[in-house]
Amino acid sequence: MKSNSFLYFIKEGVTSVFNHGFMSVATIAIMMACLIIMGGFTLLSANIQEMISTLESQNQVVAFVDDSLTDEEARSLSDKILTLDNVDTVEFVSREQAMNKFLRKYQDNTLFNDIDPTVFRHRYVITMTDIEGMEALQNDLYRVPGIARVNAHLEISRGFVTVRNIVAAVSLVLTIVLLVISVFIMANTIKLTTFSRREEIAVMKMVGATNSFIRWPFVIEGLFLGIIGSALAYLVTWGVYEILYTRAQNSATFAFVNLVRFSQYAVPMLIAYAAIGILVGVISSSTAIKNYLKI
Amino acid sequence: MIKFKEVYKTYENGTKAIRGINLDIDDGEFVFLVGPSGSGKSTLIKLITGEICATSGLVEVNGFDMTAIKRRQMPKLRRTLGVVFQDFRLIDKKTIFENVAFAMRVVGAPSKEIKARVEYVLELVGLAGHSDSYPLELSGGEQQRVAIARALVNNPSVIIADEPTGNIDPARSLEIMRLLEQINELGTTVLVVTHEKELVNRFAKRVVVIDSGRLIGDGVSGYYSYEE
Ligand SMILES: Nc1ncnc2c1ncn2[C@@H]1O[C@H](COP(=O)(O)OP(=O)(O)OP(=O)(O)O)[C@@H](O)[C@H]1O
Ligand SMILES: [Mg+2]
Repeated sequence: MKSNSFLYFIKEGVTSVFNHGFMSVATIAIMMACLIIMGGFTLLSANIQEMISTLESQNQVVAFVDDSLTDEEARSLSDKILTLDNVDTVEFVSREQAMNKFLRKYQDNTLFNDIDPTVFRHRYVITMTDIEGMEALQNDLYRVPGIARVNAHLEISRGFVTVRNIVAAVSLVLTIVLLVISVFIMANTIKLTTFSRREEIAVMKMVGATNSFIRWPFVIEGLFLGIIGSALAYLVTWGVYEILYTRAQNSATFAFVNLVRFSQYAVPMLIAYAAIGILVGVISSSTAIKNYLKI
Repeated sequence: MIKFKEVYKTYENGTKAIRGINLDIDDGEFVFLVGPSGSGKSTLIKLITGEICATSGLVEVNGFDMTAIKRRQMPKLRRTLGVVFQDFRLIDKKTIFENVAFAMRVVGAPSKEIKARVEYVLELVGLAGHSDSYPLELSGGEQQRVAIARALVNNPSVIIADEPTGNIDPARSLEIMRLLEQINELGTTVLVVTHEKELVNRFAKRVVVIDSGRLIGDGVSGYYSYEE
């Protein structure tokens, strides 16, 4: 491509956005709507996943130390446990601490009043990075010499994993559906904008323009619309999320819910918005004129 | 050089628009193509410009076999042709200068060359002062001259005009014809489709007459007459 042609394409593409003002606004608005719905949905599912993982982190595995080990030996197991896969935190609870906790829990019950600490065992309270690996961790722990028994609520782990997989699958499917719908709507909007220009395209073909020469200004126009649409959609998503976040933090009902910050997702969202906006803009504008190029 | 050999064209709906035409137009000729409405004149033109393809027979334009031309070669062929349409087909949102210039941008000409050449052709068609106007600010005759300037700008070897005077008054029509004659004298082959018998008879040029898709006359105007 010659450089003077390139400048011409850019100039044509950008002027065209302004020359077809109404259609440009319509295209940008539809793109914004689609992106905001997609982005909002992504943030919603991020929050659901966050809640799940908060709940997950409260799930612990308790590993009881063999009685035959000395206190010293029992405490030294913590290093070994930390080297296991999927271990997030390890907390040693001595038999005395365990007893105190037990007594506090049942302080009204006189039955346990003169209980002997030796009935309790030293234990480790372990949290995981991924609850899905609970069973594997349980097996690993059994293989650590000095661990006598491991308490793990595998059925809860399975429940969480199922919920998490459903949320992930539903959000993936919905995102793809929304993406397909927005490409479809965008392509049709741009098709409308190009309909009025089929004569212009016919003239270009008659004077011997190659298809790529005709396509370039449209591609640049689509690119331009995509950038504007995704930038605006991003700002709206951000602003609205921040407002909702502040509201939720100040409200009594949602105060206990740990919402994700927008900033955690700011960069990937920006990249996704820009990529989707640009791709959808370019693809739909170049497919929209395909029919007019056949002359 | 344009050559038709036993050409037939049947549209998808079954209309037989061209039925066995043989025709040769040499380089540098000036030819009027006349015939009643629906006789197949525009169809003949579209066969030359590659908008449609012949059902059978051979169409050859400037060395390109139009019945076998590759899609990729179409732009090359079209750059050897200058087409003027009855309805001008100017782009309303571009200035007169740009309307003519973009035909040169299409072929990747450098800006400097474009400026010089566009100014030259606009002067040739008598529109030197209108570079910055928009098509809708001009009269019909002036718009048609812009269309001619656009057809001319890439120095095509053939100018094809389908009823270039259909939308303008007789005095202006004569002017346009004179302009095309002048362009022909500079060496360009000119093929003009027209309804206007009066106009044709004011020039001593080759006239090709078609009716119902068949060639029914080929001679010099003034000597040949046909009834519509
Ligand atoms: N795209 C098409 N599909 C089907 N039939 C067509 C098409 N274009 C033209 N025709 C038919 O082909 C015949 C020749 O049409 P054509 O346009 O070539 O006539 P013409 O001589 O240019 O007429 P006019 O002087 O009115 O412009 C007509 O019967 C017309 O109805
Ligand atoms: Mg016609």
